[in-house]
Amino acid sequence: MQYVILKKVNFDDFITALAAQEKVVGPVARGYDNFSFQEVKSGKEISIKYIPTILPPKKYFMPQREKLIEFDKSQNKFEAVLEYDKVVIFGIHTCDLAGIQCLNMVFSDKPKDINYLVRKNKLLIIGLECNVYCDQYASCKVVDNHLPNGGYDLFFTELPDSFIVHVNTLRGDELIEKTRLFNPAEKIHLDQLEEVRKKKREIFKDEVKIGHHELSKLFDRAYDSKVWEDLDKRCVACGNCTNVCPSCYCFDILDNMNFDFNTGDRSRGWDSCQNEPFAKVATGENFRKTRGARQRHRYFRKFKYPVERYSRYFCTGCGRCTRTCMAKISLKETINALVDEQK
Amino acid sequence: MKTLKLTDSEYLVKQGKIIRAKQMTKLEKFFEIALAGGESLDHEPGQFVMVSIPGVGEAPLSISSSPTKRGSFEIVARSVGKVTSALHKLDTGDTIGVRGPFGKGFPVQILEGNDLLVVAAGLGLVPLRSLINFVIDNRRDFGKVNILLGCKTPEDMLFGDEVESWRKRIDVNFDYTVDRCSDSDWKGNIGLITSLIPGVTIDPERTFAAVIGPPVMYKYVIIELLKKNIPERQILVSLERHMKCGIGKCGHCQIQNYYCCKDGPVFTYEQIKSKKEAL
Repeated sequence: MQYVILKKVNFDDFITALAAQEKVVGPVARGYDNFSFQEVKSGKEISIKYIPTILPPKKYFMPQREKLIEFDKSQNKFEAVLEYDKVVIFGIHTCDLAGIQCLNMVFSDKPKDINYLVRKNKLLIIGLECNVYCDQYASCKVVDNHLPNGGYDLFFTELPDSFIVHVNTLRGDELIEKTRLFNPAEKIHLDQLEEVRKKKREIFKDEVKIGHHELSKLFDRAYDSKVWEDLDKRCVACGNCTNVCPSCYCFDILDNMNFDFNTGDRSRGWDSCQNEPFAKVATGENFRKTRGARQRHRYFRKFKYPVERYSRYFCTGCGRCTRTCMAKISLKETINALVDEQK
Repeated sequence: MKTLKLTDSEYLVKQGKIIRAKQMTKLEKFFEIALAGGESLDHEPGQFVMVSIPGVGEAPLSISSSPTKRGSFEIVARSVGKVTSALHKLDTGDTIGVRGPFGKGFPVQILEGNDLLVVAAGLGLVPLRSLINFVIDNRRDFGKVNILLGCKTPEDMLFGDEVESWRKRIDVNFDYTVDRCSDSDWKGNIGLITSLIPGVTIDPERTFAAVIGPPVMYKYVIIELLKKNIPERQILVSLERHMKCGIGKCGHCQIQNYYCCKDGPVFTYEQIKSKKEAL
């Protein structure tokens, strides 16, 4: 365990020095309480206090559109490619760190997805602690993501006059050495960190009417619930919820022909299980025809199926699906409705 | 943006050449494909490949030939989508891309020494032909073999000559049926595939049933097989789903907690009977 200190007055210099050498992205205010991860050149552009960004940092790990293959039709030649940028991502909250851990599990599960695995190691991750709740939509405590559980190179926690930084990897250490703005943490800082965590344990409580371990059992009995019928009537199948989800990774693969009608590429792009044709086969059968069935699938992909396959919830508690839903479908309300129904 | 060439990507496509093509019915076309450099596909009966045409896309297609046939493999494409329609325009000498084989096929090591009841309806014959020819090529390793085929009309029957050769063999019990028929030369039955099952004589304890057909067919066939007392774990089905990646990532083929492309497409009835989205 190595902790170092960055004085708040030096934060701008830190980001500016970093950005002079590498591409740095961080949470930037976009108005109307919206934030997004954007390239920054100085620390002043970054919002240290922000609610989860419109899109999670997933977009750097699994870009919305990504080239997998380049082809030359006349020679029937296919080449597998990876396009990447080296990026330092500053300010990832613990919910989104959890989302990246989910994606890591999926793409390193055999057969491995090399594009994802190579790209992820080109990214340097700097986490940032939420000392208080971002807003009423978050449910990070019940999925146990309100405190850091690894998955970062460096992790920043805001203290009264400084940031205390947990150095988790050698890569993180090298970055700190380069900027020469950090000092070793003293006892007072470690005490202040403990104070932050103590307060958090008081503030952060299970956000739904059920505890962490019972949550997956709730879904053992939820398949035939009336709750999905309610969501069936309300969902507009826009796919917003899955697009903003840090652990949704479904994709489509499409060919793009260049104007020479000979060369082109095969790319993957984000897809959504909420779209009507998502599970439809060529002969016309649709295995998740109703919006209710597709919403149920989304919830089961967060609270049941990954528990069976990867022993963890794939809901990170970030609250984005609720914030973005045009039909005001709320994750916390859905879970509470299932709890009430099973009483 | 930097670009890296990957040699170990699961999305990397092998070059294939069509060495034989034949229109089978109005909608179905047969292709025999050889991989570049004489590479063997090395598949199991029941597995599938992703076939691609650059600029059009990829589609999952069942492998129809037995792994005992070496040097090339065979597929049958029904012209229903973008890729399969483009595939229909290709002929002998044309090239395509191939990924795979993918998925879990029929557990032939377990089937050996046991009796087999093959139930193939419609296009289900395409993947089951791989199993049937594998069993025929290794006939002495298997027990009693029953083959039941069904399709809409005699004109829709795929692999007519081959089916006739199975019908004439003394070492397999064979029966077939069509839903409707105006042809007086038709030698088989008329009726749904389910009507053939009560008539077969099997030892349920040592019989494995291999069933493939259109999605609507499964529950009715499975009811008949259960009536014959075949244990649930000895009823093998292959499920059709939308697939994009073939490696258990893209999410399209998911059946509750299973990925059809990776955990299937061949499942035991025991595995899927409680999965409400499966059948």
